[in-house]
Amino acid sequence: MTNIAPSLSPLDITHAPEGGEIGPVQSGWRLAFREFARNKLAVAGMTILLFFVLFCFAGPIFYHGNITSTDLSSFSLPPGSGHPLGTTDVGFDEMGLLMKGGQAALEVGFFAAFIGIVIGMLWGAIAGLAGGIVDSAMMRVVDIFLSIPFLFIVLIVAVRYGASVLGLSLIIGGFTWLVPARLVRGEVLTLRTRDFVSAARTAGAGRWRLINKHLLPNALGVIVVNVTFNVADAILAVAALGFLGFGLHYPSQDWGDMLSNGIQYMQDGYWWLVYPVGASIVLVVMACNLIGDALRDSLDVRLRRR
Amino acid sequence: MRREKGRRLSAYLIRRLATSLVVVVGVSIFIFFLLHVIYPSPAQDILGPKATQASVNSWNKQHGFNRPWLVQYLTYMNHLIHANLGYSYKVNQSVAALFGERWVRSAYLSGISLVLAVLIAVPLGIYQAVKRNTVGDTIVTSLAFTTYAMPVFFLALILIQVFALTFPIFSFEASQSLSLWRVIGDWHSMTLPIATLTLLSVAGFSRYMRSTSIDTLAQDYIKAARAKGLPERLVLTRHLLRNACLPMVTLIGLSIPFLLSGNLITEEVFNFQGLGLLFYNSLNNVDYNVLLAYTLAGAILTVAGNFVADIALTIADPRIRLS
Repeated sequence: MTNIAPSLSPLDITHAPEGGEIGPVQSGWRLAFREFARNKLAVAGMTILLFFVLFCFAGPIFYHGNITSTDLSSFSLPPGSGHPLGTTDVGFDEMGLLMKGGQAALEVGFFAAFIGIVIGMLWGAIAGLAGGIVDSAMMRVVDIFLSIPFLFIVLIVAVRYGASVLGLSLIIGGFTWLVPARLVRGEVLTLRTRDFVSAARTAGAGRWRLINKHLLPNALGVIVVNVTFNVADAILAVAALGFLGFGLHYPSQDWGDMLSNGIQYMQDGYWWLVYPVGASIVLVVMACNLIGDALRDSLDVRLRRR
Repeated sequence: MRREKGRRLSAYLIRRLATSLVVVVGVSIFIFFLLHVIYPSPAQDILGPKATQASVNSWNKQHGFNRPWLVQYLTYMNHLIHANLGYSYKVNQSVAALFGERWVRSAYLSGISLVLAVLIAVPLGIYQAVKRNTVGDTIVTSLAFTTYAMPVFFLALILIQVFALTFPIFSFEASQSLSLWRVIGDWHSMTLPIATLTLLSVAGFSRYMRSTSIDTLAQDYIKAARAKGLPERLVLTRHLLRNACLPMVTLIGLSIPFLLSGNLITEEVFNFQGLGLLFYNSLNNVDYNVLLAYTLAGAILTVAGNFVADIALTIADPRIRLS
């Protein structure tokens, strides 16, 4: 994080009050973190997300629900002893399925967001730095991808090649780098006229070094905010896919698929097949959105302070 | 002076139109190429799974599927311009005929939901901005935030559970009538699908409307209007409403892909015979000509939506035109 300091010092001096009562200068990131921690909704979002990560990945170590073999002696049981969330129509344990499905949702969510951010970051930084005709060509490509109804393409690809965690992450990541690319390009356009970038360029820094050492770390704020929204979008996309019946296959589980399975029994009143899994999707997505909103606010403080 | 402005506006329109055309061409090439890679030729489907390679080859040659994909793309686009969207070999009907039967119903469902969503979200966002951080604002914000995080189908399920099963007021299946007027008249079965799509859009729009209204309320011209003694009602309707609505125009233009996917899932859940359900059935049938045509149509609609939104914004806001 040391390379952020050069961007802060010259501006802090211009903003310093006349007469020089400069207090201890706080690092922008520490300030942002404190602001984030003070935000109750952000802490709530973080807690929910951590809970689900632990529940889905550490849960199966302690809790062994039957999710592999059909058990017709205990099908469609309401929540009770042995089955905290009841069982499905073929006797699978709903809580075990919820954990397994959550693993896939979170894996795809984070992996797709990661892929999207990496592509978007590089694309935006290169376009912003290159400028001119390269920049406009690269941004037209972004426009083109933004116009594609991305769920349609995801569905078509999933139907043809089948859905896997890796495949879904790649295809969802391949369509969610657009907004980060635009944001990073915007940041780079303003950053590249700043003195520290000119200084680095004068000192003979190559294009790759400029992007890597000077531009991206300073554009990190907008990127971090976007990761969380991308995670939320990816989880929703996976759930939609599973709901329509083109989601992950056994032995993977999929929250959307569980929901669509539960619908068939709604008129029988088997609520435990619908609401726990629905609530899980809503909570995880909401947690990501809360964290994203809070991060944006707290980084705004950092920007104001700069 | 006025003529100068007019010329600038038309120059802007032409430039914007040219960009849109470039994007349409690019998007159609990309989608066509992708689907071509996934599904090069319908020969096997037509000739049956037992057809020999030789007969598949000769069928491809006869129907032009052995040519380079770029040539096939140009042929396809040429047909598209003449309203020929290809042929569905699965249901033995032209894609244009399939779309022609259904598009009005989908347009009705999506259109009325969008209009209702805007009519609800705009006053709601302004109310929240004016009364921000009160109990009312907090309740609306929490509801909007929850709905915003909800998958479409889960929202639909909750509505079905409450309004069709627990309290059987509405039907859990959309109208199956083929006549649009019957569909419009059939409130009993159309309320829940429309409500699903409306609520979904309201969640996003009202959040956005709230934040732009808060930004607008802090502007000097609002303070000036209040200072000169304009009644609050007029401040809100004349000054706030118009200025805060401008960013909404762009948001609606940009939200077409989300509206289309929402439409797809809603039609599937409520079994509404529109384009979304056709797309879903074509996924199951592996009917690529329908998939290609609908994906392309969606993309072109998105580009057109963005274009119209930009133009509307430029006409409504002189500041953008001048810069």
